[in-house]
Amino acid sequence: MSTDRPSGSEEARLTPSQTIGPFFAYALTPRAYGGAELATGAMAGDGVPGERIRVAGVVLDGDGAVVTDAMLEFWQADAQGRFHATGNAGFTGFGRVETTTEGGYSIETIRPGALPGSDGAMQAPHLTVSVFARGVLTRLMTRIYFSDEPANQTDPVLALVPAERRDTLIARRGEDGVFRLDIRLQGAGETVFFEA
Amino acid sequence: MSLIYPRESAAIHPANASPEYKSTLKRAPSQPLVMLPHSLSETTGPVFGHADVSELDSDLTRRHEGEPIGERIIVTGRVLDEDGRPVPKTLVEIWQANSTGRYVHVRDQHPAPLDPNFTGAGRALTDSDGRYRFVTIKPGAYPWGNHHNAWRPAHIHFSLFGPSFLSRVITQMYFPGDPLFRYDPIFQSITDENARARLVSRFDIEATEPQWALAYQFDIVLRGRNATPTEEPHEH
Repeated sequence: MSTDRPSGSEEARLTPSQTIGPFFAYALTPRAYGGAELATGAMAGDGVPGERIRVAGVVLDGDGAVVTDAMLEFWQADAQGRFHATGNAGFTGFGRVETTTEGGYSIETIRPGALPGSDGAMQAPHLTVSVFARGVLTRLMTRIYFSDEPANQTDPVLALVPAERRDTLIARRGEDGVFRLDIRLQGAGETVFFEA
Repeated sequence: MSLIYPRESAAIHPANASPEYKSTLKRAPSQPLVMLPHSLSETTGPVFGHADVSELDSDLTRRHEGEPIGERIIVTGRVLDEDGRPVPKTLVEIWQANSTGRYVHVRDQHPAPLDPNFTGAGRALTDSDGRYRFVTIKPGAYPWGNHHNAWRPAHIHFSLFGPSFLSRVITQMYFPGDPLFRYDPIFQSITDENARARLVSRFDIEATEPQWALAYQFDIVLRGRNATPTEEPHEH
């Protein structure tokens, strides 16, 4: 058998990440190309129990310019704080959107419930978020919390974040009922990203 | 089975601050990352199945009226965890340029022809042995604006989920012996030479189909180790 590199020794070493690049949409978010979408920003079908919410914002770069070629993925528990990996009555907890030509994103889902953290302390309701984009070589991980949740005060993950930066993880509810949070990749007001 | 995700393994991923790749300059976070404990939010993830993927999705050469122009190839391999065990029934999504180096994407400005018989997007689920298989055409290299005379080596984009949010990865597969490797800041953003080599597929004469298509093997290792190793039996 012809091989260009030895197999075996490297077999179980991680495959490194590379950027998603600018041209993913026709495969990963292919609505405009007539493709079947794996997931969208409509994360909860009719009849999924829970408070229906909309979360929206803009993705910005270090110059404050809108990022029009990012893909965001969302992962969340249901209203009772449980995960439904294979889907249950129209809710998998997974959403995927590309940013618009204005850098915007928007999802419609149900408000997640509180759930236990790694040390048993309860975590406040939150969304887990992946940011992929041209110029992002390794996926950026962040979270979205909700401004009207008293449990934010005792959340074990927010407690790890410097107090002056916590606001970058907390979506604020506007008068229109929409939770808003911009994602700033770099610079003033830079979003907190995690290493996990 | 319960998996753990050692943080050390992830150190081989490229730093987002990789200034030779110009798009990182305004997009790489400048603040240190905050260490996140692994809770259910991270150790769970979406699961996809046959409702999401059809058999046809893995053959990128049979999605239009005619066959695409280019060198037909088979791309196959196994998805493994860090213990070398197969990751079965996991979703693999791919996308790529056509044989001229042109993407279907509306924003691709490269003045090379589109192929009406090639879109360049595919999906597959791994089998019980962690194996996936795509039929496609070999993508072309293409120029980009990163620096004077910048060219991307031919590549296929891969997107994988694995068992959890932590195992999620998007990467690119390259072809053996590409002379553009040394000039490509995206490939070179991985500083460990051995880690870079893991993104290079290998030609596989065994998987080649006579009179029909050459084959390339590309194995993918996702984060995740068995929390309770079983190599050594314990007597209590």
